[in-house]
Amino acid sequence: MVLLTRKIEFSASHRYHNPAFSSEENRRVFGKCNNPHGHGHNYTLEVTVAGEPDPVTGMVLDLKELKEILEREVMQRMDHRHLNFEVPELAGQIPTCENIARVIWNLLDPKIKQGRLHRVRLYESADLFADCYRNGAGGAGP
Amino acid sequence: MTDRVQIGDTVRVELGRRYRFAASHRLHTAQLSEEENCRVFGKCNNPYGHGHNYVLEIRLSGEIDPATGMIANLADMDSFVAREVLEPFDHKSLNEDVAVFRDIVPTTENLCIEIYRRLKEFPHAKLERVRVEETSNNSFEYSGDTVNLTGREKA
Repeated sequence: MVLLTRKIEFSASHRYHNPAFSSEENRRVFGKCNNPHGHGHNYTLEVTVAGEPDPVTGMVLDLKELKEILEREVMQRMDHRHLNFEVPELAGQIPTCENIARVIWNLLDPKIKQGRLHRVRLYESADLFADCYRNGAGGAGP
Repeated sequence: MTDRVQIGDTVRVELGRRYRFAASHRLHTAQLSEEENCRVFGKCNNPYGHGHNYVLEIRLSGEIDPATGMIANLADMDSFVAREVLEPFDHKSLNEDVAVFRDIVPTTENLCIEIYRRLKEFPHAKLERVRVEETSNNSFEYSGDTVNLTGREKA
């Protein structure tokens, strides 16, 4: 099995706020991420697909195709958007790194037909990221 | 907030966080002669020690709390790591200032195991693994499998 990873970057704004919490509770739990007017990040997304190279093309999957899937499913949905208001898949959820990564996994998984989605890693900054794996798929891997 | 974490969710999510600390160490063991120490550890055996800018990467797993969207609150995590690792290790001599390394060699392998031992008590999520970069070219990982720091109980 070979792992293939493609990286893309997008920029988006968000705010952590739970309407079920009081103002003080929101500030206490979410700190400066609760700033009423939101804030933003340059997100880096690494998508890893696992598979055997096709004997004819030598590819796990065609990178052009993966690029198109990422453009359609992630860039068009999230790049230069406000994640709280403009991404229906995140409606009703706090747009944390964990939740965004999970939404991206759920968007990509059914679209990847060659090979199998192995890992989605989303960096909110160089020091904070979330990883998604298929549940029950062994260890955390690299 | 709607609970979107479905039973039988097919995705497993882990949270990763990186921290930095700088510390000195010397690789030397009383179990070897001076020449053997020199031969085994090379320039890392320099009597006055040397230092690194370490990068610590930790990975936590757990349910995403639907009220916060988080596996663990970053403030809780950061203060726990600061108390358990960064404050005792940053700008310190690992050999002299961290009790466990008076008896075992503070290689980055052993450092990983010691950091894992300290962080696995984090109460709000499960520690999956600890990765330490000693330099940008050398890194070490430990996920708590079978354990053992020489001469110590199982972590």
